[in-house]
This record gives sequence, C-alpha cells and structure tokens, in this order.
Amino acid sequence: MTLLVLLLLPFVGALVTSVLPTRARNLLSIFAGLVAAVAAFLVLSLFPVVREGTVILHALPWVPSVGLDLVLRMDGLAWMFSVVVTVVGALVCLYARYYMSPDDPVARFFSFFLAFMGAMLGVVLSGNLIQLVVFWEMTSIFSFLLIAYWHHRKDAQRGAMMALTVTGAGGLALLAGVIILGQIVGSYELDAVLSAGDAVREDVLYPPALVLILIGALTKSAQFPFHFWLPRAMAAPTPVSAYLHSATMVKAGVFLLARLWPVLSGTTLWFSLVSGAGLITLLLGAYIAMFQHDLKRVLAYSTISHLGLITLLFGLNSKLAAVAGVFHIMNHATFKASLFMAAGVVDHETGTRDIRRLNGLMRFMPRTGTLALVASGAMAGVPLLNGFLSKEMFFAETVFLHVSPSIKIGLPVLATIAAMFAVIYSLRFGYDIFFGPPSTDLPRAPEEPPRWMRAPIEFLVVACVVVGVAPAASIGPSLAAAARPVVGGELPEYSLSIWHGFNMPLIMSLVAIVGGVLGYVWLRSYQERGLLQDPPFLRGLNGRKLFEAGLILATKGSRSALRVFGTRRLQTQMFTIIASALVLSFFASRDVPLVWGERERLAASPAFAILWLIGGACALGAAGFAKFHRLVAITLVGGAGLVTCLTFMWFSAPDVALTQIVVEVITTTLFLLGLRWLPMRKEEMRDRITLRDHARRTRDFVLAVAAGGGLAALSYAMLTRPAPFSIAPFFLSRALPEGGGTNVVNVMLVDFRAFDTIGEITVLCAVSLTVYALLRRFRPPSESVESPKQQRVLPADIVTDLVKPRTAADAARGYLMVPAVITRLLLPVSLVVAMHFFLRGHNEPGGGFVAGLIVTIAMVMQYITSGTLWVEGNTRIRPVRWLGFGLFAAVTTGLGAIFVGFPFLTSHTAHFTLPLVGEVHFPSAAFFDLGVFAVVVGSTLLILTALAHQSIRVHGQQRRSAASMLPRRPE
Amino acid sequence: MEAVLALVVGVLGGAGVWLVLRPRTFQVIMGLTLLSYAVNLFIFSMGSIFTDKPPLVKPGVPADLEHYTDPLPQSLVLTAVVIGFATTALFLVVLLAARGLNGTDHVDGTKEEQ
Repeated sequence: MTLLVLLLLPFVGALVTSVLPTRARNLLSIFAGLVAAVAAFLVLSLFPVVREGTVILHALPWVPSVGLDLVLRMDGLAWMFSVVVTVVGALVCLYARYYMSPDDPVARFFSFFLAFMGAMLGVVLSGNLIQLVVFWEMTSIFSFLLIAYWHHRKDAQRGAMMALTVTGAGGLALLAGVIILGQIVGSYELDAVLSAGDAVREDVLYPPALVLILIGALTKSAQFPFHFWLPRAMAAPTPVSAYLHSATMVKAGVFLLARLWPVLSGTTLWFSLVSGAGLITLLLGAYIAMFQHDLKRVLAYSTISHLGLITLLFGLNSKLAAVAGVFHIMNHATFKASLFMAAGVVDHETGTRDIRRLNGLMRFMPRTGTLALVASGAMAGVPLLNGFLSKEMFFAETVFLHVSPSIKIGLPVLATIAAMFAVIYSLRFGYDIFFGPPSTDLPRAPEEPPRWMRAPIEFLVVACVVVGVAPAASIGPSLAAAARPVVGGELPEYSLSIWHGFNMPLIMSLVAIVGGVLGYVWLRSYQERGLLQDPPFLRGLNGRKLFEAGLILATKGSRSALRVFGTRRLQTQMFTIIASALVLSFFASRDVPLVWGERERLAASPAFAILWLIGGACALGAAGFAKFHRLVAITLVGGAGLVTCLTFMWFSAPDVALTQIVVEVITTTLFLLGLRWLPMRKEEMRDRITLRDHARRTRDFVLAVAAGGGLAALSYAMLTRPAPFSIAPFFLSRALPEGGGTNVVNVMLVDFRAFDTIGEITVLCAVSLTVYALLRRFRPPSESVESPKQQRVLPADIVTDLVKPRTAADAARGYLMVPAVITRLLLPVSLVVAMHFFLRGHNEPGGGFVAGLIVTIAMVMQYITSGTLWVEGNTRIRPVRWLGFGLFAAVTTGLGAIFVGFPFLTSHTAHFTLPLVGEVHFPSAAFFDLGVFAVVVGSTLLILTALAHQSIRVHGQQRRSAASMLPRRPE
Repeated sequence: MEAVLALVVGVLGGAGVWLVLRPRTFQVIMGLTLLSYAVNLFIFSMGSIFTDKPPLVKPGVPADLEHYTDPLPQSLVLTAVVIGFATTALFLVVLLAARGLNGTDHVDGTKEEQ
C-alpha cells in the first residue's frame, strides 16, 4: 500500500501544482519540495524491510482475465533508486526556488518536475516489464517538456526534440525487446523473468531481445553511439539538468542493465555489446569533456563518460563489477547533482558559464567554491571522497579480469587513461574558474548565492565526504541491499575500506591523478594560446549532423513511400477498400466454402417479389440518375427505402419498420433542404468524356457487380443454412419478468442494451451539435446565394387568386395558405400520436425513437408550410435544451440504479393501481426512454432547422428587414 | 423468398458500391444510403426470418425461436437506422460546407476531370 501512495503522490502533486498560481515561486517550491520530502520519507521508512532482502509486492488487478495487473515491486535496487529519485528531487526543488527567475511560469516547471518524479518512480517500482516500458516512455515525454521549458528558445526546442526522438525511439525498441523477452519467459512479471535466466540465455530469440533491450538502455543512458542528445539537453534549466540529466533519468538505462543483469548477462554477446559500448563512451565522453568551455557541457560529457563507466562495469559479466556499478550509480548521483547545482549557482551569480571568462571566483564565493572543489575531487576520484572508492573497485575489476591477453593489458591501460581525462576535466571545472586572477568583465558582479540555494549542494557534498571517509559504516548496508538483487541474491566478497594496501589499483589511481595534473597544465598552456579549443581528431564525428541527416532521410523516405503507396484521392481509396474486401472474402471462401444450406424455405410470395421488383428498379434508377437528376435520385432512393421498410414489416419487425419510415421522411426532407446548395450541371463538360473516364466507369461497374453478387451469394448462403445457436431465447424469456415489457425489441433498447443506447444518443447529440457548428460558419458558393430559379420565374402578369404569390417569406399567407392551416390543426393530433407511441412502446411497437421522430415530423411540417420565420416567431423551440434534458434523464436513470445498489442502468418496474385507469406497470426504463425521446427530438430538429436557416441567413439584409415587418402573431 | 431477399441485398449493395465510387459528393451520399439499406437488410436477415411472429411476448407461448423472430438483429438494425440518419446528416453538411469552401462538389475538393 505504501508503494501505491508513493507512486501516486508525485502525480497528484503534479496535478495540484498545475492549478496553483503560476508565478508563486515560494508556494510552489515548498509544495513540490514537501511532496518529494514525504515521498523520500516513505521510501526511507521501508529500509528495514528491504534490508533483509524482502521484496515488497503490491498488485492491483486491472484486466485479470488476460493477466494484466499493475504490479508495484520494491527490492533493494528499486529502493536505492527510489532514494536517489526522491531525495535528490526534494533537494532540487529547494534549489529551483532560487534558481528560477520570478518571471518564469514556475507552476508548469514544478508540475512537470513532479510528474517526472512519478514516472521515474514508476520505472523503478515496476513489477511488470510492459508497465516499466510505459513509465519509461513517460520519463522521455516529461524530459522533453522540461528541456523545452523555455520554449521560446531555439536551442531548447531542438535539444528537446532530439532527446525525445532518441530516447523515445529507444523506448520503442525496448518495448519490442521486452515483448520478445516476455514471450520467451511466458510472463511479463518481473519475478518470473528474473528466475528464468538460464532459459532466456539459451533461447534462439535471446540475441534479438538483447539487442533491442540494449538499444533502449543505451539511448536512455546516452551511450555511444546515441550519446549526442545529452549535451543538447543542457538547454534545460539547470535544476532539470541536475535532476534528470545526471541523477535520475539517464540512470534509467543503467538501472535496466542492473535490473535485468541476472537474466541477460553472462554471455559473450552481452560482454562485447555492453562493455564495448561502455568503454567507448567512457573514453569518448571524457576526451570531449576536456575540450568544452561551457560548464554544463563539461558536466554533460562527464556524465556520459561516467555512465559509460557504469555500463562497462555491468558488461564485464562479473558479480563484483556489478556491485561496483551499483556503487558508482549512487556516488555519481551525489557528486554530479551537486556539481550541476554549483554550475547553476555560478551561472546565476555571474551571468556566464564560459570557463574561459570565469576566473578567481574563490574570492567572491568562497563557500560555493569549496563545495565545487570537493565535488569535482569526487568526480576526479581523489582519495577520501566517494568517487575514489567506486573507481578503485573498477580498477580492481579491470586488473583481475581474465578474458584474453589483449583485454588483460588493454583494459587497465584504457581505464587509467580515462581516469586521467577525468582528472583533467575536473580540474578545468574546479580549479580553472575558482583560482587565478579574478575576472573583471563578467555580466554580473559575482557574490555568494542565498543561504538556502547552497544548502542542497552542501548536503550532497557532505554525503560525498562521509561516504568517502567511512564507507562501510555509512553506505555499506544500503549498497549491500541494492546490489544483492542485481547479482541474483548472493553477494560476492568485497571490502568497502579506503586502504587495501599498496596494490595495482592504487598505482593506477596515482598515475591517473599525477598524469591528470600534468596533462591539465599542458593543456592549459595550449588553450591559453588559443590552441586546442575543440577536441582534436573528432571533427568528422558529429552526432548531431548524423542525427539530422538520418532524420531528413527518414522524412524523405516516408514521403516518397507515401507518394508511391498512398493516395489522397477518395475514389482510389474507396476502390482499394472494396476491392480488398472482395479479395479477402474470396480467400476466406476457400476455407469455408460458399455453399447453400438445407434450412426449410419460406413459402414464396409473388407480392413480395413484385414489391422488390419496384424496389430494385428504384435502387438502380437512383444509381443512374444521381449525377444529373438529383431530385429524381432522392425520390427513387426514398422508394427503395419504403420497400425496405415494408420488408421489415413483412418479416415481423414492426419496431424497425416504424423507425425506418419516420427516419425515411426526415432524411428525405434533409436531402431536399441540401439540394439548393449544390451546383448546376456544367454544359461545357457534356462532351468531354474521355476514354479514361470510360475505362474507369467500366472498372467501377465490374467491381459494383462483383460486390453486389458477392453480397447476394453470401446472403443466400446465410439464409439457407441452419440457423446457428442464438442468445435470443434469453431476451425473449426475460423481457417480461425482468424488463417489465412485452415488446422485446424495446426492452432490449432501454434495458438489456441500454448502455449501447446511451452511446447512440450521445452520438446523436454530438452529430447534431457538429452540424450546427459547421453551418454557423457556412459560406455558400456564390452562384447559390440568390433565390433558386424556380422562385424567380413567376411572370409579372400572372393571373392568380393567391394573396401574395411572389414573396416566399410569406408562403403561409400566400400559395400555401390552405395546407398551412391544415398542418397547424394537425399539430396537436400529431403530438397525441407521438405520445401514444411513446407510452405503449414498452409493450407494443413504438418507443422513444419513434415518438421523437414523429414530433420532429410534426414540427417540420409546420416549417414547410408556414415558413421558418413564422414558426420561430410563434413558438420557442430550443433543441439544445432538449438534448441536454434527454442526456440528463437517460444518465440519471442509469445512475439511479447505482444508488440503490444495482449495476448501472438496471431497470425496476413499479406496480400500482390508479383510480379509473386500473393496475399500472411503470418501469424505470420509461424515464430512460423519455431521455431517448428528448434527444431524438432535439437532435433532429437542430439538424433540420440549422440547415433550413441557411436560406434565411444568406439573403442578408433585405430578408432581415422583411422579417422585422412580420407581425409577431398571425392576424 | 430467401432468393428474393438475397437478390435484393445484392442489388441494393451493388448500386450503393457503384455510387460510392463516383466522383460527385451527392452520388456518394446516395450510395451510402443505398448501402445502409443493404447492410441493414443483411444484418436483419441474419436472425430467423418469419412472417407474423413479431417479438412481442404473449402469455403461454414458449419463449424460443420457434414462436418468435429473433429480436437481437432487430434491435441492432433499429439502432443502425437512427445512427445512419445521424451520419447521413453529418455527411450532407460536410459536403455542403466543402462545396462552399472549394467551389466544387468533387469528392477530392479539387476541380479536375469529372
């Protein structure tokens, strides 16, 4: 349970932070710091449990049927990482309070910061590999957001993009690798995977799984050849660099190596890939770091190099080396975070990070200078500091490794050289800027930072010293707990003391320090003369250029692939879809042959055949006329619809038939309203039918015939084969006792499948609002703005007894006077019919859908005969309120069941006796149906009136003035 | 009867497919309407089709498919009819807006060959 709280705390904190005042630095940093501190306290309180080697597990069932659970798991390694994540997080929160400027929108900063902390805790606490990858990608995303925090800066944008591309792509590779690994083991649970090491290493899929997982780990930890993103990520605010890009996120890669060490290590492939990448990165990072002039870039390349060292240690296939790797993770987090913060202080107080401009700062900021010196001593591996201890362990490993002669000599030599480089860049960071003649041309006059800005650095530096002086007493138990799960339970013999006698590792250390100091003096003398400003020999090797070239190549490749395989032409897309469906069903019919069955046939009826002779002719006619004779096509489609409706009636589906007929009416009205805005036939196109058009039409015709034939054959096969087992008896037998109605279809809609209906009415609401919104910005084509020709052709000398034959706005008092009066009289009758259908719906054909559509038809009739202006001048229809009420009624009916302890949407029938009426059954589903009714009325009316209003809108001023002259009430 | 119903589905579906492949938006919307008739009839006919056995339960009649038609495809089709109306309305408005915006009723929104 603690684990769940621990994981949720930062995320909740992030949500809260995001709504706090955006520039309230004090409030925000105190809140975020408290969240981190509480989390740190929770983690530390778990040490007594973890120390014994106990694994804390907390599983939350999520989709148990497919074995997907949220599993939180803490062992020693996860505990150690959690400590780093939370403690450094709390320190950085304090530091960020002083680092961030009062003008920065810090709410966003702290919100992302805490969310990142949660994601990072998710990575280390995951007890399931897929879950780990999800959190892994989350860290990439929050890292992206944090690097781009100052999003107006170009370098921040580019750095964030690059970091996200590299680590995100690595995450995808990791996902693939983890899936392979899970398939090998048969489970994604970490415990199962950890205990299946032998099986995994012997599997044929081990190499691809290993390579993919390593791509994930190496990209995240900025290892060669993916190291180039980390220096560019330094565009982030320094607290982010200190936290994400030195202490936590970049450690996720080496965390993964440690996590899966018992499973994946021990093979030659592991050795060559992991230690190879680690060794190259160690040397390359240290080498480039020596030639950097930006404080943060020195630290970035040094971080790359140190991560290389850790990777190399895990790659050596030795338990002792793995322990050393874990130890160095802890040490590096301590001194590197403090160094980043010190660099931030220098930047903050002087206004520059250029080593060449910074000199003699010791005079202005002695305390910060001392802290930075001690921390860079730890980075260089000076005795009595923590960096020295893990480096000694590393040297010992390189000396005592027994692989091949070349490695036996080569590795210690290279290790010493790398350590020498480390001494040089540490001196450039620590000595160069704090000693020598004080700089005079700094952007700001340097002084000590505020007391509490220095406190986090002090804390971390004290930790470096304590661990360096008394390692066994201070860090010993934690290291043992953290390293035990990495090496698979049995810790190797190691000694955490400062003095191991005068041995080879000590000699290497001494050589490195002496050589480093000499090298620094030599390099400095060159650099003061303006030489060696860039790392020699590496000019051609520019990771950024390679990355950008790769990106351009990928973009170009996908563009040309899109050109070849994609199309934006709808006709081609439709043809491909239908043709592939045909081809696929053809292949399917080879497995399940398309043959007729022996079901008892229904008696043939000539009337039905004649009915469909008409219906089929209508459909074919509509297909032919739809291009140039739209009104005819609409009529013919309506004919086909009518016959379809009769078919439903014929085969015992009264509800479907009722719905179909009313929908038919409304759809046709809608089409008629739309006709006005469609273009006229272009006469000049008449003779321009090319051979290509003919070919395409033939092709489409063949496809249409094939699709129709296929559908018919499939339909016939289904109709003649024995009917399969159906779940229908379930509904038939329970409709009355449990649903309280005899009309099974209606009971299904409002009860058994009410959830589906809720979805459906939501779609109706969404569609009608979308239609309304689309039409608000509707711009008709210029040639359709004027009144249609038919309304303008009345000759001036027409002899008629109509009152006002030429003014369309006045239709109700003009040529439609008689129908208008009749439809007005019919309105109450229609409403009664609708009510009748609504009330009987549960037991007889009818229901909310049908009743709603009848009300709409009744209203549309008023619009047609009396005109929009008259109807809206005399009634108040607010379709949007109907929508709101309907959804509200439907959902609250459903929720009502929850309040009385039943599942959502459970129906209940009340029985009571009313005077005169007699016994009444009243199901709660009636309220639900009322909601359906209201939504149907609201949405159909909204759609139709929105479309109808266009005719009024576009006529603009003259129409509007005509409207204002209309009397409010009929005379 | 089965043959007639199957032919009907085929004719409606074929006419719909033909129209859906046409270049004018109005033809496509007509085609979608015809296709939805075909598909609705097809789904509807997946249940046992009988005359005069509507799924309105009567007391004393056993609740099985010997005495009633299958209510499940009916309720699915009923939903599909209403949703079909909504999507048709949306498509109609989109095509009108596209026509106003692009000045053409070609499905690709560009004025080239017919």
